[in-house]
Amino acid sequence: MAIKLKEICNQEDKIAPGHRACHGCPETIIVRQVLHTITAMGKPVIAASPTGCLEVCTSPYPQTAWRVPWIHNAFENVSSTLAAAWSTYKHFVKLGKIEDRDVKFVVFGGDGATYDIGLQFISGVIERGQHILYVCLNNEAYMNTGTQRSGATPLGAWTTTTPVGKVVPGKTEHRKDIVGMFVANGIPYAAQAAPHAWRDLMTKVQKAVSIEGPSYIDVIAPCPRGWRFPIDQTIYMSRLAVDTCMWPLYEVENGKYRITTRPLEKKPVIEYLKAQGRFGHLLLPENKHIADELQRKVDQDWEELQKRAR
Amino acid sequence: MAEVMVRKAEVKALEGDKAVAEAMRQINPDVVAAYPVTPQTEIVMEFSQFVAEGLVDTEFIPVESEFAAMSSCVGASCAGARAMSATCGPGLELMWENLWVASGLRCPIVMAVVNRSHAAPLNILTDQTDMMGSRDTGWIEIYAENHQEVYDNFIQAVRIAEHPDVLLPIMCGHAGFVLGHTLGRVEVLPDEVVRNFVGEYKPLYSLLDIDQPKTFGAYDHWDYFFEHRRQVFEAINNALRVIPEIGQEYGKISGRYYGLVEPYRLDDADVVIMIIGSGAGACREAVDEMREKGTKAGMLKVRCFRPFPAEEVVKALKDKKAVAVMDRCACFGAEGSPLFIETCAAFFNRGLRMKLINYFYGLGGRDTIPSEFCDIFYELSQIAETGEIKPPFVRYLAVRE
Repeated sequence: MAIKLKEICNQEDKIAPGHRACHGCPETIIVRQVLHTITAMGKPVIAASPTGCLEVCTSPYPQTAWRVPWIHNAFENVSSTLAAAWSTYKHFVKLGKIEDRDVKFVVFGGDGATYDIGLQFISGVIERGQHILYVCLNNEAYMNTGTQRSGATPLGAWTTTTPVGKVVPGKTEHRKDIVGMFVANGIPYAAQAAPHAWRDLMTKVQKAVSIEGPSYIDVIAPCPRGWRFPIDQTIYMSRLAVDTCMWPLYEVENGKYRITTRPLEKKPVIEYLKAQGRFGHLLLPENKHIADELQRKVDQDWEELQKRAR
Repeated sequence: MAEVMVRKAEVKALEGDKAVAEAMRQINPDVVAAYPVTPQTEIVMEFSQFVAEGLVDTEFIPVESEFAAMSSCVGASCAGARAMSATCGPGLELMWENLWVASGLRCPIVMAVVNRSHAAPLNILTDQTDMMGSRDTGWIEIYAENHQEVYDNFIQAVRIAEHPDVLLPIMCGHAGFVLGHTLGRVEVLPDEVVRNFVGEYKPLYSLLDIDQPKTFGAYDHWDYFFEHRRQVFEAINNALRVIPEIGQEYGKISGRYYGLVEPYRLDDADVVIMIIGSGAGACREAVDEMREKGTKAGMLKVRCFRPFPAEEVVKALKDKKAVAVMDRCACFGAEGSPLFIETCAAFFNRGLRMKLINYFYGLGGRDTIPSEFCDIFYELSQIAETGEIKPPFVRYLAVRE
């Protein structure tokens, strides 16, 4: 089913305005894109979030921004929590207690909750084949607690737990390939997406919720506060991540890789680094080797991805 | 009517763990999420078999950890399921954070806890450190003395937890190995009697209600948090009324009536041992032995530790000459054991001064035999006579110093 922007514009937002996300925050943009897609498919949604930016900015009691049923349990366990709600749904449908309305169960979780503290729980849900879509709002650090490193933070990035000092130049490790991990885990559908490429993202959501079993979409979520860029450049930063191949857009369906949107022209990583304060120190001559290493890794991963997608 | 049903009960020889699984089968919950851990594993094994044989409708979620078990129970419960789990010792420790979420979200989850010590040193045997360690999490905590109570408690737990004035999760404790892995006599009620007794769970709100969307687990600032906590204080205290009510109702179908505490030869007793769980068995024998020797010994078994039945404890003990409070848990650096401190507070609040002594006993599965309880009765008799309690105030029973 093609996504019609005009139709989506006329839909009621399932996440209400007035939430407390920061200016320039991509998270609610992504959430709206996902919820609009599923709503356009005519399917109801039940959502969940772990502790994190999105959770605190959408659910300060007695207010809520959620116009769909939504649950927050704790930081690490959103996947088990929502997956159990899905299991309950399946059980009640089987018993004839409720009508099967093909409800879609969607997690919106940050990268800390996904790459680090919640990894085991997601892995368990994938292995058990519980039918949820897990959307990672990946701003590449623990932004809710003030920009601490996560397993998703790229090499060289400044964070408050990988500060730039006389002897340590920001984060000293590359990020995790979590999509690769989930693919190895046997997930039927996994993808990387970005909010500027809204049609690409929405198509992936459609696919993800249409397959049987668990699915995962990792969405880059450029954070003005944590990445140190002006609040009007969120979408630009998303585009730059894709154009430099720092964040390639691809999907893996039943183990088969496909690049969904290629950059028209692959830009050098240094352009991405220049645009963000978190990488500012990498422009210094003594840190050039780190910027070079990032470029080398990006090139290698892009080559590898193209090989896999052949 | 009641008598007919009692007669229909079938007498079985069951291990304590299997008595839980059997009760669980009869209850036929919507969702069970559990993880194997010694000595609880028997419960999930047995229940998995029921699932495999199609004897229950339950959605069984074989999770990858106890934390996931409790998380799944919370998710399922908020989705309107009657959700259950089982764990012990380290598993309960791993669940810790989510125990608070379960009570805070008012999920009436029922969980068997096969009491096991905490490491280190590693020890898989029984004591009550696990449940005592989670005594302030907003969970109701009841304990069984014997196999029959293991079975009976678990069935009543459903009604206690789901009572509209309570709506809190509940743990049913029984001793690992001592009850869990030994055979005992259990009168098993007919399936339909159990199912009628527990009825159907009708949640106030459900996450699955897509037409009336609700937000579950919103966060509170200073402006609402305390009020929501206050509601849990209120709800768990309501259980002091509800637990005996359900215990009476259960008596009508089983012939076995339950309250918050259970006295044994207490009415005219001068010296009393207060105890929780399976240790009460050996203590009973000691009471009988002391009675034969002419000492007016008695026992107060505490069935429900959370909420703490202060009124019942004071009423039962206030006229006694000396009382030993026994706790089978490790609780380092405190003025006394949990049961002792609660009991002291109960008397102090009512302006009563008692002769109470405190013992830690039976840690890590160490047996406590009737003669050891007899020694405590001798000690209590001396205190009753002299009116004097000598330090140390915290004592350890049958330990090599």
